[in-house]
Amino acid sequence: MNRLTLKLEKRLTPSPVMVFIIPLISVLLALLLGGIFLVLTGEKPLDVYSLMFVDSLGSKYGLTETMVKAIPLMLTSLGVSLAFKMKLWNIGAEGQLYMGAMAASWLPLTIPSLPAYIMLPGMLILGMIAGGLWALLTAIPRAIWKVNEIITTLMLNYVAILWVDYLVYGPWKDPNGSNFPISASFSEAARLPGLGDSRIHAGLFFALVLAVLLAIVFKYSRWGYSINVIGSSERAARYAGMNIKRNILLVMFLSGAISGIAGMAEVSGIIGKLQHGISPGYGYTAIIVAWLSKLNPVAILIVSVLFGALQVGGYAVQVEGIPAAVATMLQGAILFFVLGGEIFTNYRLKLIRQKGEELSK
Amino acid sequence: MSIQEFLIPLLAASVIAGTPILYAALGELITERAGIINLGVEGIMLVGAVSGFMMAVTSGNPWYGLLASMLAGGALALIHAFLTITLRANQVVSGLALTIFGTGLSGYLGKEYIGIPVPKPFEVIPLGPLGDIPFIGPILFQHDALVYISYILVVAIWYFMFHTRPGLNLRALGENPAAMDALGLNVFYLRYIYVVVGGALGGIGGAYLSLAYAPSWLENMTAGRGWIAVALVIFALWNPWRALMGAYLFGGIDALGFRLQVLGIQMSPFFLKMLPYLFTVLILVFVVARQKGRLTAPGALGLSYDREER
Repeated sequence: MNRLTLKLEKRLTPSPVMVFIIPLISVLLALLLGGIFLVLTGEKPLDVYSLMFVDSLGSKYGLTETMVKAIPLMLTSLGVSLAFKMKLWNIGAEGQLYMGAMAASWLPLTIPSLPAYIMLPGMLILGMIAGGLWALLTAIPRAIWKVNEIITTLMLNYVAILWVDYLVYGPWKDPNGSNFPISASFSEAARLPGLGDSRIHAGLFFALVLAVLLAIVFKYSRWGYSINVIGSSERAARYAGMNIKRNILLVMFLSGAISGIAGMAEVSGIIGKLQHGISPGYGYTAIIVAWLSKLNPVAILIVSVLFGALQVGGYAVQVEGIPAAVATMLQGAILFFVLGGEIFTNYRLKLIRQKGEELSK
Repeated sequence: MSIQEFLIPLLAASVIAGTPILYAALGELITERAGIINLGVEGIMLVGAVSGFMMAVTSGNPWYGLLASMLAGGALALIHAFLTITLRANQVVSGLALTIFGTGLSGYLGKEYIGIPVPKPFEVIPLGPLGDIPFIGPILFQHDALVYISYILVVAIWYFMFHTRPGLNLRALGENPAAMDALGLNVFYLRYIYVVVGGALGGIGGAYLSLAYAPSWLENMTAGRGWIAVALVIFALWNPWRALMGAYLFGGIDALGFRLQVLGIQMSPFFLKMLPYLFTVLILVFVVARQKGRLTAPGALGLSYDREER
């Protein structure tokens, strides 16, 4: 008697075809799963999805909004991907974005008269330092005692958001404004220039430059190589004489600094002031974008646009009375399928025909 | 105001505020003892809170709500189990996906339940003579049924883990799954069970919030308690008694915030809200630093088990 069994065989190198196909199939399957949920709760999935994607991709306005949401996603995703490369689980991009926005806002709120060529670089540097230091707070105990950075970075998200709330409800509240939790508006010199007269701002340029820079660092530099080695085997890295502690501190600082840029770009490029709720969770979506892109900087740029569209689509369906949380749900589902699909990238499925005698052995 | 008048309500409030974290932490503790990290606790709690609330509103019975929250929590944990045990996916990322998915799902399901009261939340049942013991009675024995069940649960889990054969196997499962496999135990099957049971407990933690602590549903009402529960497991060094102590300590910080003003301490409400999160970070650093980085974490925690790599 013959029996067929399914066997998993580890691939020596990940299948390049699967690396590309799995994310695509995952997105489709997540939409299918989301569709089942929508049907169960009495909605028409095709109408909801077409509304989501027509609104986000079907018009000049929609495309612009999609890009506006994609920019902070690109930056935060690049930030977390740098840490993820080293298996440092920086889940704190959200808080680092808020701290970057806060520090960047300090300059125009304190010295509004600065000219743009000092103001903008100043805001950028302040945003980077604040985001970087906020991440460094968790990197120090991680480097010395191996304190779990997932928990510490995440807890500091709540602290950063509350800190910004404290400022805009309190000391930084616009004295001439109504009772809203917003700071005074920045001067024109503190506003990042836009692309033409659209809302797409120079933050896109920061993201493109950083993506290329990171791609080059990982492909050609010794430092990029050592980060990859530490990420795949700390023991091997230690034998090779790489300084792991110093790299933990450095990588976490840079990772936070990049998310700090995202915060600076939001307040300077889009909002023009500091306010409550400057991010709808870009720092969390960034985790999905980074993983879906296999931590590849160029892929991150593309995937961010897709998730920007999902975000805009989420707002669009709200008008129809469907909660925007449907977009968050889809994001989580996409990540499930990507994770599940990775087994096809890393393993080869084999059907094995076992002979009867072998089975009885 | 006497010290007693301040202290007794504060400690009683610590127990109540600590109970949802305790349930979630016990669930995570079992899961991690079996060798699987589940960072989806926050999402599981949220879905547990919303499904328990929906069921309690629909049926009018909080116990049906509790059952629904356990089923929902277990079902979400099952996804994590399938991805990490069968498909050997990265446990950290799978847990994060679960939290994001659960946040979205709970927000989606609960949209029409915001602002609705529960017809019958879990109510305080003083435990007769135990509730009358001076000092201890009002702190420990004048609560709702779920608080009492959590006491029993801590004792039960402790007894199970350290005094029974299956409990010994559970501990070994997280230390050395290969040895368990060699002894003829089904590592995959057992891990599935403990991950799902852990998720069900996380669901109860959520339901405690929506059906007893603040009987209502609000989007993101867990406010990071699931993550605090994950931190608590480390603080507890994977021991249920220490989890109980830790949960009440965190509950105390939560409860203290509201009462500082009574003491005449003026502090911005935003800073008060920061306290539990800052406290979590500080205590985690303190506990881990004291162990000099050599935590007694289960040896195989976070590693997927592959028979062929034995």
